[in-house]
Amino acid sequence: MSGADLLFYAFAAAALLGAVLVVALRNPMYGAISLLGTFLAVAALFLLRHAEFLAIVQIFVYGGGIMVLFLFVIMLVNLHRLRETTKYDRQTPLAAVLGLVLVALFVTVFALASFGPPLARPEAFTAGAQGISGNSQAVAWLLYRDYLLPFEIASIFLLIAMIGAVVLGRRA
Amino acid sequence: MTAEVTTNHYLVLSFLLFTIGLFGILARRNLITVLMSIELVLNSVNLNFIAFSYQHSDLTGQVFAVFTITVAAGEAAVGLGILIALFRLRETTQLDSAAELKG
Amino acid sequence: MRELLWLVPVLPFVGALLNGVVLRGRIGKRAVAWIACGVVALAGLLGLGIVAEHFGGSGHHAAYEQEIYTWIPAGPLASTVGGVRDLEIGMGFLLDPLSAVMLFVVTFVGFWIHLYSVGYMAHEAGFQRYFTYLNLFMGAMLLLVLGDNYLVTFVGWEGVGLCSYLLIGFYYQEEFPPYAGRKAFIVNRVGDFGFLLGLFALASSFGTLRYNEIFERLAASPELGRAAYVGGLSLAGFVALCLFVGAIGKSAQIPLYVWLPDAMAGPTPVSALIHAATMVTAGVYMVVRSNVLYQLAPEVSLTVAVIGAATALVAATIGLAQTDIKKVLAYSTVSQLGYMFLAAGVGAYTAAIFHLLTHAFFKALLFLGSGSVIHAMSGEQDMRRMGGLKKYLPATYWTFVVGALAIAGVPGFAGFFSKDEILHAAAAEGRWALWVVGLATALLTAFYMFRAVHLTFHGEFRGSEEEKHHLHESPRVMTVPLVVLAAGAVVSGFIGLPPLFTGGRDWNVFHRFLHPVVAQLPGGAGEGHEMGAALEWGLVGVAVLVAGLGIWLAWVVYGRERGLERGRAWAARFPRAHRVLVNKYYVDELYDATVVRGTWGAAHALHRFDAGVIDGVGVHGARNVTVTGALLSGFFDKYVVDGLVNLVGAVLNLFSRGFRRLQTGYVGNYALVLAAGVLVLVCAWALLRRF
Repeated sequence: MSGADLLFYAFAAAALLGAVLVVALRNPMYGAISLLGTFLAVAALFLLRHAEFLAIVQIFVYGGGIMVLFLFVIMLVNLHRLRETTKYDRQTPLAAVLGLVLVALFVTVFALASFGPPLARPEAFTAGAQGISGNSQAVAWLLYRDYLLPFEIASIFLLIAMIGAVVLGRRA
Repeated sequence: MTAEVTTNHYLVLSFLLFTIGLFGILARRNLITVLMSIELVLNSVNLNFIAFSYQHSDLTGQVFAVFTITVAAGEAAVGLGILIALFRLRETTQLDSAAELKG
Repeated sequence: MRELLWLVPVLPFVGALLNGVVLRGRIGKRAVAWIACGVVALAGLLGLGIVAEHFGGSGHHAAYEQEIYTWIPAGPLASTVGGVRDLEIGMGFLLDPLSAVMLFVVTFVGFWIHLYSVGYMAHEAGFQRYFTYLNLFMGAMLLLVLGDNYLVTFVGWEGVGLCSYLLIGFYYQEEFPPYAGRKAFIVNRVGDFGFLLGLFALASSFGTLRYNEIFERLAASPELGRAAYVGGLSLAGFVALCLFVGAIGKSAQIPLYVWLPDAMAGPTPVSALIHAATMVTAGVYMVVRSNVLYQLAPEVSLTVAVIGAATALVAATIGLAQTDIKKVLAYSTVSQLGYMFLAAGVGAYTAAIFHLLTHAFFKALLFLGSGSVIHAMSGEQDMRRMGGLKKYLPATYWTFVVGALAIAGVPGFAGFFSKDEILHAAAAEGRWALWVVGLATALLTAFYMFRAVHLTFHGEFRGSEEEKHHLHESPRVMTVPLVVLAAGAVVSGFIGLPPLFTGGRDWNVFHRFLHPVVAQLPGGAGEGHEMGAALEWGLVGVAVLVAGLGIWLAWVVYGRERGLERGRAWAARFPRAHRVLVNKYYVDELYDATVVRGTWGAAHALHRFDAGVIDGVGVHGARNVTVTGALLSGFFDKYVVDGLVNLVGAVLNLFSRGFRRLQTGYVGNYALVLAAGVLVLVCAWALLRRF
């Protein structure tokens, strides 16, 4: 086993642990911390797959942005001190069933599908303008050239979300 | 476990994360936990994209993942705004307190 | 003046209008009497004047016709004899010798009876009503005799029938008079059916109903009348028979005489006028008027004569056993009318009218006399309770005797001449059987008439003391008409003297006067065989003997204070025969059992059919069907239609209740469903690879 594989298994385990803890822990504060852990693990997994830019973005946006947001709200609402009556609700069994169905589905697909060798052309991940190379540049080239419209729309979307959040957060 | 890590492994992980996240959305009563589970799901999706992007040596997957992150951010913001509004109304963030549309 | 002919029938109608409508209930009895008698007197005088003017002077006896207007201008008829011609019936009057005679009889006798009525009805309620009806009758009767065509006559015919009904049922508060009135009307109606058939045949064959037109055409070509028509009869024969059926009803011959005796329920002057002198003679008038038809149909004429003779005899036998004085006179009238038809049947039309004239006088006289008796007897009509009235009612008594002598055929009185002429005519035609019947009837007539005289006026009074106190002679207003009619009963015979008594000279004014009417056909009125003077005198003698025999027998049985005892002894000798006669041969009972009950039965059956079937099935059935239909429709609407509507609602309700449960309001549930749905789709894709 190579070192990359070992790293993969380690970070995968961390991510899974974090995920389970998010769902299982009663106190949302603890859940938020474990979610952060999951994010970081996922970022590492990104790195293992030649998505350097995305890994950093993951840490910045998810860890630095979203999680902070979550923590702010939790603390604002004093959720960590609120007593929760029930953790899981009535439809939990149904949800479990759904999960099992999903498992069955995936097993089926997994059994039938197979994937070829990965990373045929690593240079694709670092392509850019002449001389400049690196994953960020490559992503940037794609983003601002081929996928400009979705990019702009995404920014508008963020604007709308921001306005929405402001409106929702206002005292009536 | 001694096999080389392939896309399959990433898919399995992604799937597991997805299932856990889905369970969390459907089974937990606290809205905050639901929102966090949603982020989890989105992350699993991102992982999937990256795995396949590496598989096909196509950067499009990564670009898409960028957009997914964007959407997740926006959605988290709005969701938390709703949570605050709900809390102001109901003094709680239990989801079953917001069943006004029943019937 | 003869342009005023139309006024003669109209005047009595005016009187009826005044008393019945205009001045009803507003004037006193004197005024009523003046109006009623006045119009009749005026009509009579006017008639007399017109007759004198027309027939006097140059002595021509032609007819005068006055057409008033065209009543029925119908279109062409295809079936007339001699091709197509228009049917046209007018309204007009005819003045010829026959109508002149009838005019005289009706107005003269009518006037005296009106006058008599003033006294007779003086104490009755309904005085004005009585005279209204009486005037109405006069108008109708004059219309009958003065009409220039069959239809005008028929109008009068029906009119007198109506007045007869009204007057018979005058005492309508009692039970019997209305019944008698109905009986008279209905029996008459049976005869009228025949009359109408005759009219139809005439109208369709000739296109007209005017006497002179029809008779002239038949006289010109008699074969028209002899042509075969229907039922084996010639045209003339059919019409003659049908018209005679009408006469049977109106003039009370066998078999339609049953109404006349019951008609005695009316006031006595009514019986005198209508049921003796005028209305019942309308049948005779009609037959004589249509003599052309009867001469063309000898077999029908013979039928007329036979029926007349039979009626005369049978009625006379019934009259023998009657105890009500008016009933005796009623059957006597039927019998005498039989004589008139006997005469007409053998072709002696003049004789028939002659007897009509004399009979009018003495029968009216006899009836009025009986009325005087009844009046004195405070309403009693049963002769068994009378007797010895001679000394209380002298005027009545003597005039009554005159009438009895006249009807018995005692020489010198009118009845002798007219009856003798009839018997002579029968013999002259060779109808000896009819002569014998006539002779037998004369015997019976004399007998029953003098039986009545003896029972009423001779012997001891058999009534109650109360009645005896009230016995008094009638006032002059009643006795004067009696005297006048008695005079007529004597004098009127002399206008028809046969040549036998005048030594071959023709002093028979009456005969000559009527000659044009009865001699329209070529070949003249049958004068019959010439009989030797000896034979003729012999026949007259036999008739006189027979009359005397009858009178003597009556004296034997009832005369000389014997009263009822001998009569009762004779009745006891032949109880069954007596009973049959008293009960009028049970003819009324026979009619009742057959015709009357039959009609009632049919009416009831039809009524039951109408009520049960038509009303039951038809009306009620329709009602049931409709109600059931409505019920079914209602059910359908309520359960099916509404059910469907409700079903829709129920289904929607069911679904919405079901679907409502999906809306839990809980976001988690929605998310679950969402996830499940996506999963299903993905599974489907995975399985089908068709996405």
